[in-house]
Amino acid sequence: MTTSQHDMPTVHPSAADAEGGGEFEILETAVRELAIVHGYFSAADHRQWLEWMDAATPALGAKLVARAWVDPAYKERALANGTAAAQEIGINMYDRDPLVVMANTPQVHNLVVCTLCSCYPRPVLGLAPDWYKSPSYRRRAVRWPRALLAEFGTIIPPEVEIRVHDSNANMRYLVLPMRPEGTEGWTEDQLAKIVTRDCMIGVALPSAHSAPA
Amino acid sequence: MSRFSAGDRVRIRVEQTLFHSRVPAYVRGRTGVIERVLPEFVIPEDDAWGRLWQGGRRETLYRVQLHQAETWSGYRGQPGDTHELEIFEHWLEPAKETP
Repeated sequence: MTTSQHDMPTVHPSAADAEGGGEFEILETAVRELAIVHGYFSAADHRQWLEWMDAATPALGAKLVARAWVDPAYKERALANGTAAAQEIGINMYDRDPLVVMANTPQVHNLVVCTLCSCYPRPVLGLAPDWYKSPSYRRRAVRWPRALLAEFGTIIPPEVEIRVHDSNANMRYLVLPMRPEGTEGWTEDQLAKIVTRDCMIGVALPSAHSAPA
Repeated sequence: MSRFSAGDRVRIRVEQTLFHSRVPAYVRGRTGVIERVLPEFVIPEDDAWGRLWQGGRRETLYRVQLHQAETWSGYRGQPGDTHELEIFEHWLEPAKETP
């Protein structure tokens, strides 16, 4: 009797999916259930955290940016204390990581990355896109930022300084882009629609023509 | 009381680490400028051992700005390009002035 790899019983990936995912999800479930049993938090707490996390979207960050564009005093407050400025407009800063707002200027373009993992300002942007977490983005954003930005279609003039923010420890970063030309007289709501997630990470620039139809 | 102030020139130390420090290898031994003083937090070396809420040592965190061209040999961007990251106080020392 011969056996080969082909004859060995295998677990079909869809079977694992049906049981609730791969090994990290099983690990998460085990640790969560232990924490609940030992009273570190309740199942209701956990459900509420998930709801907060899922409720956060880039529309919240866009609201902050649009407010800063129309209200210079608010912009000053946002640059001085991003967390307080977000709370001021009703954003739930649920994860307690202090938010730093970095303003683009005619002289400086800001770009955010986390080289060590995937730190991201979730309360104002929601969950990070997959590419933000990829080793390719993380290593190249800090090493070849101009070439990386060009891949996103973002060409920064040579006389503008690129400032890469490694979100490597306790703070979280939001880029405040410059208000684009052609938006004079727009309302705050109109402005918020052209402030996309990518503009607030720093891989793109807003445009008066980028509003969704 | 924090040891450094905004504008100070500092060197990021080169230390052996067993585990968690949140100091990326690419900046160890590099010299930069304190961009701003951040709040105090429990240092990662203690946080990693479950001491975030109990007994972890707290230290001032600093935002340090460095020049890309000094960090990377053969950097192909512009000479004025910079990068910044957060470094805890015990990883910093005053930069020696180059003669």
